[in-house]
Amino acid sequence: MSDIIYMDHNATTPMAPEVLEAMVPWLREGYGNPSSIYRLAQEAREAVETAREKVADLLGADPSEIYFTSGGTEANNWAIKGVAWAAKEKGTHIITSKIEHHSILNVCRYLEGLGFRVTWADVDRYGLVDIDQISDSITDQTILISIMFANNEVGTIEPVEEIARLAKERGIPFHTDAVQVVGKLPLNVGELGVDLLSLSGHKFYGPKGIGALYIRKGTKLHPFHHGGEHERGMRAGTENVPGIVGLGKACQMAQEGIEDEERVKGLRNRLWEGLSSRIDDILLNGHPERRLAGTLNLCVKYVEGESMLLNLDMEGIAASSGSACTSGSLEPSHVLTAMGIPPEVAHGSLRFSLGRKTTEEEVEKVIEVLPPIVEKLRAISPFGKRRPL
Amino acid sequence: MADLVAVAMSGGVDSGVAAALLKKKGHQVVGLTMLLWGEGSRCCSPQEVRAARRIAQKLAIPHYTLDLRPSFQREVVDYFVAEYKRGRTPNPCAICNQRIKFGLLLRKALSLGAKRLATGHYARLEAHNGRLSLQKGVDAQKDQSYFLARLDRRTLGSILFPIGGLEKGEVRELAQKLGLALEGKRESQEVCFLPPGGVAPFLKERLGSGKTKITDRGGRVLGTTDNPYGFTLGQRRGLKVAEGKPLYVLEIKPMEEIVLGEERDLYAKMLWATQPNWIEEEPLGKARVWVKIRSRQEPSPAVIEPQGGRVRVRFDSPQRAITPGQLAVFYQGEKVLGSGWIEEVG
Repeated sequence: MSDIIYMDHNATTPMAPEVLEAMVPWLREGYGNPSSIYRLAQEAREAVETAREKVADLLGADPSEIYFTSGGTEANNWAIKGVAWAAKEKGTHIITSKIEHHSILNVCRYLEGLGFRVTWADVDRYGLVDIDQISDSITDQTILISIMFANNEVGTIEPVEEIARLAKERGIPFHTDAVQVVGKLPLNVGELGVDLLSLSGHKFYGPKGIGALYIRKGTKLHPFHHGGEHERGMRAGTENVPGIVGLGKACQMAQEGIEDEERVKGLRNRLWEGLSSRIDDILLNGHPERRLAGTLNLCVKYVEGESMLLNLDMEGIAASSGSACTSGSLEPSHVLTAMGIPPEVAHGSLRFSLGRKTTEEEVEKVIEVLPPIVEKLRAISPFGKRRPL
Repeated sequence: MADLVAVAMSGGVDSGVAAALLKKKGHQVVGLTMLLWGEGSRCCSPQEVRAARRIAQKLAIPHYTLDLRPSFQREVVDYFVAEYKRGRTPNPCAICNQRIKFGLLLRKALSLGAKRLATGHYARLEAHNGRLSLQKGVDAQKDQSYFLARLDRRTLGSILFPIGGLEKGEVRELAQKLGLALEGKRESQEVCFLPPGGVAPFLKERLGSGKTKITDRGGRVLGTTDNPYGFTLGQRRGLKVAEGKPLYVLEIKPMEEIVLGEERDLYAKMLWATQPNWIEEEPLGKARVWVKIRSRQEPSPAVIEPQGGRVRVRFDSPQRAITPGQLAVFYQGEKVLGSGWIEEVG
């Protein structure tokens, strides 16, 4: 496991040693339940609230607007369902896009089944959402707009500020799934004008099983878990103290080290340059400029993504094809499909996502290893060059 | 670097031991497990995938799970249902071996860079003067060559059967020694994708139901059934007719009639097999061979004769319940000569 070249940071990141260190006391002696009255518990409460401040600081929010969840999926579920349930009297129309994460897509499909109407906004060939379509589809029945900040598969950064402005003008709550952005790009919820924002700890060197939903003061939504008075009555369940502390630490570290993105971007560009100059019939997916620094999604024609992945793994390189949640399926990526990429090309997609620890040597190694794999796969493809599996 | 061999790992001990033997021989080994079916079945479902992964971890070999469910549905399950719909008794294992395991999975293995695909089948591949032959497994009780008789020579060239030369007992001992015995799932024998309720409800769900007459050979109606699918020739149980003597299924025409008769009516001496697959040289005329007409039955002596894309099989003695849809596999001693699908009897 040790000498793996890890190029799948959009799936998850290695936890920073400092994060682990910050968590350990709360897994050992600091086991108090933050809701209790004695000192042991008070310390845990203090740790939770300090972490909340750190999360709030990173987002430019007030700590009272941060609600801890079990991760990005729960935050997304809560944002959509919570608003939908609270606004049922007002209307039943939701606007989202075709390239959202499944924790948005499938929640909206679920609500469709309950009688809500969903507008699935299109994207262009770079994965940018069609703002005019969003604007045109707004009605007096529209209760929520949810558009992701940056796409997990191709890395395209959406014009959330514009969409937030549009939503505000029409008096509609706006949610953004910022799971791929928080900790990578500086962001300020006040300047952005979003009402709800989801984040996840393990996407930026924090622990798994912890995330948060930012809820702007005054935004109407129902609680997600019912039970005790935790999280101001909005999310019942004893706090995951070590996870929350870890998330706080990860936020603090991100705030201190966000400039690292320029270095990551340089490596990512070198990777693309190296691969595209050595492999024929290779296409870049996602926006050439408006894109997460670490994400490189490409299609290699006439080769199956899965075969490349397994070959890369045998060379000690961990990458992905599509998002981790869907790479087990044979359907071409819904994101690439929405971008108008034909299925036979989409099947040859590969995603490298670089991170803090990625080195130049690792990038050069991938540039050296992938082209012969592609050549080999193209040569032995039983279907010939024109028809991949 | 040593040659890379992919091993199809089902989660059972046979394929686990096969992988272990290859590794011991110095091959670079990668385990592949097919996810074929998701509903509470016994084989190649998520639980078996987990068992396979545990075995691979124990053997310290890389292991990947490949989701082949859509292909399995299309190539095997749809075929299975369609055969029953026609009143025939399908052989999904032979089809799966041909189209999925040594079709799609083999192609995936080769595209991974593997030189061969190995499985835990009880069968042997022997080369004589550069010519490969498919032979029965050493363990006569476990021999699975019957299910492999649809493979062509070119495909066989890319396959290894590491445990084909072992008895089941030896494999079990090896598994014990390697600490795989506890990891392995239980033996796969029945049709892997059928739920515990068996074939009838599975077919009913897919083909619906409808009244079908149960008659005797003279056309006399003995009763009716609501579930016309899932009958097999020679079947006696579950007919729900009381005629004072044991009756057996002689003929199946779903949604029309199921014809019953006595035990002796089940016997026939001749069959026609279609789509012959010759692993050895096709006989130029008549050839004396041994023919196996179902998996759990010893081969019987017969004379075969290829005739215009079909093969006529004439047994020395009458055979019970020759079943359309099953394979007729032709053996010469240990060797598989070829096979054909049983099309008609007599």
